[in-house]
Amino acid sequence: MYALNFDPAICESCDTCDCLMRCQYMTFDLEEAKREKANINNGKDSRVLTGCATCYACEEYCPNGNHPFYLIVERQEEKGILPSPAPITRQQILMMKPKGTITPMKVRAPVIDMCYFPMLTGSIRAPLYENPSIIVGSDVFCNIMWLHFARNSVIRDQLPRVIENIWQFYLRDSGVDELICFHDECYASFTHLAPAFNIEVPFKPVHVFEYISGRLDALQDTITPINAKVAYQRPCSNRLIPETQHWVDDIFSKIGVERVERKYDRENSLCCGQVLRAHQREEMADEIQNRNLEDMKEAGAAYCVFNCPACMLTLAEAAAENGLFPIHLSDLCQVALAGSSPKG
Amino acid sequence: MSNIYEILSEIVGPEFVSDFPEEKYIYSMDPGTMPACEPDIVIMPGSTDEVQKIVQAANAHRVPLVPLGAGLVLSGLSRALKGGIVLDMKRMNRILEINEVSRYALVEAGASQGMLQAHLRKHFPNLKHSAPDAPPAATVAGNICIHGSGHLSHAAGFHSDMLNGLEVVLPTGEIVRIGSCAISPYWFARAPLPDLAGLFLGWAGTTGVITKLAIKLYPNYPLNDVAVFVSEDASLLPDILYQITGTQLAEDVTTWMTPKPDWAAGFLHCNVNYGAKTKKELIWKRNLIRSAVESYIDDKTGGFLPLPGMMKQRFLEVPARQLALFADVRKGGGFEYVGAIMPVELFPKAYDLGLDIANKLGVSYSMGCRIIGVNHSMMFFYAYAFNRADPADIARAQGALEETNKRVLDMGGVPWKAEAPAQKEIIRKMDPNMFDMIRRVRSILDPNGIMNPGNWEDN
Amino acid sequence: MKYAEILHRCFRCGYCKLPGNNIDFNCPAHVAFRFETYSPGGRMWLLGAWLNHKLEPSRRFQEILFSCTACRNCVEQCPLTKIKDELLLAFTAGKEELVGEGKVPPPVRDCLTKLQKYGNPYGISRKKRANWATDAEVEVFSDQEFLFFPGDVGAFDSRGQEIARSVAALLTRLGVSFGILGDREVSDGNEANAMGESELFRLLAEENIEHFNKLNVKKIIALSPHGFNALKNEYPALGGAYQVFHYTQLLAAHAASLAFKDNLSNIRVTYHDPCYLGRHNWEYGSARKVLAALPGVAIREMDRSRQDALCCGGGGGNLFTDILGNGVESPARNRVAEALDTGAGILAVSCPTCAVMLGDAVKSSNMEERIQVREISEIVNERLKAK
Repeated sequence: MYALNFDPAICESCDTCDCLMRCQYMTFDLEEAKREKANINNGKDSRVLTGCATCYACEEYCPNGNHPFYLIVERQEEKGILPSPAPITRQQILMMKPKGTITPMKVRAPVIDMCYFPMLTGSIRAPLYENPSIIVGSDVFCNIMWLHFARNSVIRDQLPRVIENIWQFYLRDSGVDELICFHDECYASFTHLAPAFNIEVPFKPVHVFEYISGRLDALQDTITPINAKVAYQRPCSNRLIPETQHWVDDIFSKIGVERVERKYDRENSLCCGQVLRAHQREEMADEIQNRNLEDMKEAGAAYCVFNCPACMLTLAEAAAENGLFPIHLSDLCQVALAGSSPKG
Repeated sequence: MSNIYEILSEIVGPEFVSDFPEEKYIYSMDPGTMPACEPDIVIMPGSTDEVQKIVQAANAHRVPLVPLGAGLVLSGLSRALKGGIVLDMKRMNRILEINEVSRYALVEAGASQGMLQAHLRKHFPNLKHSAPDAPPAATVAGNICIHGSGHLSHAAGFHSDMLNGLEVVLPTGEIVRIGSCAISPYWFARAPLPDLAGLFLGWAGTTGVITKLAIKLYPNYPLNDVAVFVSEDASLLPDILYQITGTQLAEDVTTWMTPKPDWAAGFLHCNVNYGAKTKKELIWKRNLIRSAVESYIDDKTGGFLPLPGMMKQRFLEVPARQLALFADVRKGGGFEYVGAIMPVELFPKAYDLGLDIANKLGVSYSMGCRIIGVNHSMMFFYAYAFNRADPADIARAQGALEETNKRVLDMGGVPWKAEAPAQKEIIRKMDPNMFDMIRRVRSILDPNGIMNPGNWEDN
Repeated sequence: MKYAEILHRCFRCGYCKLPGNNIDFNCPAHVAFRFETYSPGGRMWLLGAWLNHKLEPSRRFQEILFSCTACRNCVEQCPLTKIKDELLLAFTAGKEELVGEGKVPPPVRDCLTKLQKYGNPYGISRKKRANWATDAEVEVFSDQEFLFFPGDVGAFDSRGQEIARSVAALLTRLGVSFGILGDREVSDGNEANAMGESELFRLLAEENIEHFNKLNVKKIIALSPHGFNALKNEYPALGGAYQVFHYTQLLAAHAASLAFKDNLSNIRVTYHDPCYLGRHNWEYGSARKVLAALPGVAIREMDRSRQDALCCGGGGGNLFTDILGNGVESPARNRVAEALDTGAGILAVSCPTCAVMLGDAVKSSNMEERIQVREISEIVNERLKAK
């Protein structure tokens, strides 16, 4: 049940092997890349399975949508390869376990899914968010993070239940069929991950970017342009939904900020490093974080803008130490609507 | 008793002596499980001179005298087991001297951990002392007296190891200086003189009243971090701790095991606290500590938690304020713990013991282990929460504590700051010559048996 | 007794006796008396013992309870998150039980009796409530924007009256439209409430609310943080919903528009946070903003400031009952010593109760040559350019 949509024939006829050739954390020549990819496809050992940083980028790089990263995770689990030590993997799964405390609640559009980030519900406030209903909790946690821990089995077990919870307890009986996903992870989970595993999603996920962009249009007369340069920390989960990136540019344009041109943005984005620390690759995490922040500074950014709470938790302090004002994208929009910049 | 009340009133002034029922009630017990033992009088001296006069009066009238710091020992060592006078030392709370070069602090016996810490932060930010995880109201002297441990114990041993000198009032009223301070204006060491300090450490106040003490201070690094190593197999811990402590880079190595929250049950979390002057140094230490346990990381049996900066704050707080929350686990404002001083190789047995007792007796528990020195021993604690409004719950916790004490002794450990019943268990196991020597020392120092009677006695 | 269910949950860990930075004791009763009984943890256990018939509510017991100045330091510092917010409520409930049984110390009894009879704790005829304003060019409230509420200390205490006049003059200078009710108002009742006399508080509050509503009062400027607290937080439940400000909040908003004398001498000022602006209402900024706007003023913070401030000892009715006394160990004298340590020559206050308590402490410590207690409006008025 919930088999992965992977076709080995597609890889066999692929000349470029972009999934491995464009990898930012491992280096291959084309021959080796094709060899390693064949090993992965055929269930054999491959250094990719132990070296993978789980940054999700190859899902974006693959021009054929043949889920190279999901397959890596599948093989890791089959072979008992753990990117992160067993106690940490097990503890994380316990921490994020659904509590089974969800109860029916009437909601009305717009319904904002805050996943398992109750601490961020303060961001959902007027004027940017107009009379929203908010759903949050362990029973609606999107579960995509298990891709970092070689646990597709947990995704298969819990994601369908989460989707059912959202539909049954909130949306269906309220007559709402759209769900605004605050986090890239949730949107990616419902629109990319679920279909890849043939998990049905009865509601229509909407990325919060789209919602925010629409609200900024409605409130355009009240926007005071911030007039600043910003660096955007694109999270790993956005690699699964690259079609949403244009919204970020739209939003920035509407609030009067310039997304600086820098090396490690868009398709070259770097992982925030937190998962690498979970994988016990501390020095690698240090290196890419330093590189990322230097890049932001050299590009002249005043803000480091996040949409991912995990990236923000990881990098905010270091960003501030480097003279960058860390801020969530949603809150940056609120600044433009409030008429004053927190940087004075 | 009214006669001595008048005398005491003359010494400290009527406002600092009480035989009111309210004071007798509050000073009859501490927040642990031990039953109330009411004193007849509570007195608060303000100087060594006053302490001396109080001791002389108590001695002359053969009235028991019980010194008290903040009363947070939790095993009831400052209860007046045989009535008498409780001597609350907390008015004597001045910080007398900080010697920056020789790194020591000279304080009065009632000075609190929190005030010393705050004083150093304000005036000597490059220095810190080893603070226990007791609340900041706990006294420096009280903790030293019971061989306490804290946030620098991996680096520097028991807190009693950090003692440079004492001023004490003997039960017969003499004021004695012990250590270099007996010969020099500096309180820098106990060596190379015959070391009399041991006569006042671990004796539960039965040999005299400490009025001043000097303790070692240590560098306070501007940058601090914590690495939390997680494993699931207690049998690995002796080696994990051996390897980590072998780097001698950390200041504190404390492992915690708790059944709540649910995700923590069955996991052993080893907090390794370290500091540095620069970021480069901090990362260097982190990497070296990590490489000490590389084999466990490589075979995936253990690893460091990926904690973002703000989530580390609770592990960097000194003292750890959240520990007080354990008292509310049973919604009853109480917890008490057995702190067992043991060799580190006993970790797996000690851990299993804790699980066994908690399961058998149905008590809410928390376990942990603080390394003393370079793996020279550990303070393995078994904490049991109780509801002080429920006598059955108190009895359950008491039963767990008693059972734990007995089995710790059977295992080869020694209960720390043992409550009066546990002291008797220890005495039963003790080399009879050692106990005889304890008795002889006490009879010399305290011929009238006034100092905290009922403790360290076999009858 | 209300909140009895939390009494046994106190661990007596002692965090409640200290400020957040642990620099010194911070429970005013504990500072004064030092026994463990005179502390929040001590009170919790004593109340529990009383309710469990282990203790009688003796005179000592009553004094221990009523020595609480309701400063809220314990609520701020208690680590037990599930009970901390109810600590002060439990102590007030304990006082209420004692009041109900008539077992209160004589000074408390006298204070409450005067409040009941005269509508103020001074026992002065209510007809004299507006005497402070004689010669002060203050209008009677009719339909001005603000009602100025001086409170009991501002109306009847000589030092308080000086402050009331000083604030009134400053408000006039700022062009604020305000009037006073004079003898048509009574005590705000905050101290009655803090002393457990909730019924008396209700009567006083309802009397005020009736007058306020009749006159269509919408906005109130309180002189005293005690009054500010009652008017803002307790009156709405009794039908008195107004926009309530402490005068320093208005002053802070206008600070930039004030014109000051030239060649002012430089002064070092330390600011004492009053409990009912600070810990009770999280207002730490306005007075500081005002001081920062004054030329020649260097602010020196005490170690215990903002949420860590040591209470002057006047709350909980202690200004009138004097249970804490003014001896060497009193919190007020402790606070003055702390102020002196900053090197400041002026101890600035924004509460008339603090002004009285700390002013008396300066005198009894013989420190008048070294430090003066000045109220914020007085400091501002001294430095304003003549109109």
